[in-house]
Amino acid sequence: MSAVADSIATAFRLIIGGDPALLRTVALSFAVSGTACLIAAVFGLLAGAWLAVAVFPGRRVVLLGLDTLLALPSVVAGLVVYLALSRSGPLGSWGILFTPPAMVIAQTILVVPVVTALARQVVVDALRDGGDQLRSMGARPLLGAALMLVHERWAVVTLLLIAFGRAVSEVGAVMIVGGNIDGVTRVMTTAIALETSKGDLPLALALGIVLLAVVALLNVVIALVPSGRSRAPAEVR
Amino acid sequence: MTATSPQDRTALVTLRDATVSFGTVRAVRGASLAIHAGESIAVVGANGSGKTTLLRLLHGVVDHSGMRLLAASAPRQAMVFQRPFLLRLSVLNNVRLALWLGDRRLRAEARTDRAMDALRRVGLAGLRDRPARSLSGGEQQRLALARGWAVRPDILFLDEPTANLDPSAKKEVESLLAGFAADGMTLVMSTHNLGQAKRLAGRVIYMDEGRVDLDLLTADFFSVQASKRADLFLKGDLSWSSE
Repeated sequence: MSAVADSIATAFRLIIGGDPALLRTVALSFAVSGTACLIAAVFGLLAGAWLAVAVFPGRRVVLLGLDTLLALPSVVAGLVVYLALSRSGPLGSWGILFTPPAMVIAQTILVVPVVTALARQVVVDALRDGGDQLRSMGARPLLGAALMLVHERWAVVTLLLIAFGRAVSEVGAVMIVGGNIDGVTRVMTTAIALETSKGDLPLALALGIVLLAVVALLNVVIALVPSGRSRAPAEVR
Repeated sequence: MTATSPQDRTALVTLRDATVSFGTVRAVRGASLAIHAGESIAVVGANGSGKTTLLRLLHGVVDHSGMRLLAASAPRQAMVFQRPFLLRLSVLNNVRLALWLGDRRLRAEARTDRAMDALRRVGLAGLRDRPARSLSGGEQQRLALARGWAVRPDILFLDEPTANLDPSAKKEVESLLAGFAADGMTLVMSTHNLGQAKRLAGRVIYMDEGRVDLDLLTADFFSVQASKRADLFLKGDLSWSSE
C-alpha cells in the first residue's frame, strides 16, 4: 500500500515539477489527438450533414456500416493503417509509419465515424423541428443541414469533445502505427502501458492522472455546454 | 361553390385537381382554386380538415398529384408557420438569413438594411441583438412575420399565425397583417378563429375532410347556409370563438 502511496506522491511531484518527459508525452498526445479530431471534424460534420438529407440506393446499408464503425476496435484501425503504410503496403512510399502523422491517420479513422454518426443524428433531430421552414425560405437540403450544424453548434462542440476523448484515451492504434518510440511517438496511453510493464509506477501513475484529468476536464466542459444553449422560452412554450 | 374572381387580377397560384397524400391518408383531395394578387384569404375548417396541407401545397413545399401553376412572373412567396422555427442566432441575423436564403445576390449591407426595416415594421428593432429564442411567444411570431415580410413576397402564407398567442399579442399580429394587406400583399392564412377571418379576409375557403368544400366571399360565407357541414362548423365555432 505504501508503494502505491509513494508512487502517487512521486506522480504529483512529476506533474507539479513539470517533468520534461511527462510534458513532452502529454504535448504529443494533445497534438496527435487534436489534429485527428480537427480532420475528423471537417470530414465527419460534412458527411453527417449529407447523410442526414441524402437519399440514395443503399443508404440503410451505409448507415448500418457507420453504426458498426462506431465500435471499431482501435487495434483494428491500427492494423489497417499499419498494413496500408508498411513498406509493402499501398501507401508505403509515404514513409510515415512509426511517425506522428501515421498516428494521426489511425486516430482520424477511429473518430470520423463517431463525428459522422453523432452529427447526422443532431442534424436529423434539428431538421425534424425546422427543416420544412428552412426549405420554405429557400434552403436546399444540404444547405439546410449545414445551417442546422450552426444552429446546434453547442451539440457539435459536445460531439467533438466526445471524439477527442475517444482519440486521446485509445492505445491500440497509436501503439501499432507509432511504435511507442521515446521522444518521437510516445503518447500518454502507450507510455502508461510501457512504464507499467517496466514497473515504473510513478511515471505511469502521473500520466494516468493527467489522462484522467483530461477526461474529467472534457466531462466538465461537456456538462457546461448545455448552459450555453439558448434552449428557452421558445422550446418550453 | 366558388367565389367570383375579378377577371382583371392575375392568378398568382392555381391548383387544378391537386391531391396530397401522406401514405394512405389523403390530406388534400382534388383541390382546384386560384389565388389572385391582392387577395386576403382565410382557410377555415375543423382540425385535420387539411388547412395546413392546403397552405403547404399552395406554397409548393409538399409533393402532390394534379397541377399547381404559378404566374409567369414567378411570384415570390413566404410562409409563416404556426410555431416559427427560429435559429439560435440573434433576432437580426434570423431575418438576414431569411433574406440570404431568398436572394443570394443581395449585398450584405442591403440585407442588413432590409432586415432592420422589417424589424422596425414589427416593432422589434430594439431587440435586434437579442437571441431570437429568448423572445416571448408573441415577439417570436412577430419576428417570423418580419422574416416573411422582409423578402417582400407577393404571397404570404400564414398557418394559424395567432394560435397560442394571448389576446394582446393576437391583436398586434392581426394589426400587422392588416397593414401588410393594406400594402397590397396577398395573404393566405389558415385559422380557427372565425372572427379573425371576418376581420382580415375578403374570401373564405372552407375545408372539410381534405376537400375544398366552400370558396366564397367572406360576406357570403357568413350569411349563406351553403353547406350543412359548414353550417355545423360555424355554429360550433361561433359559440365560443367568434369574438
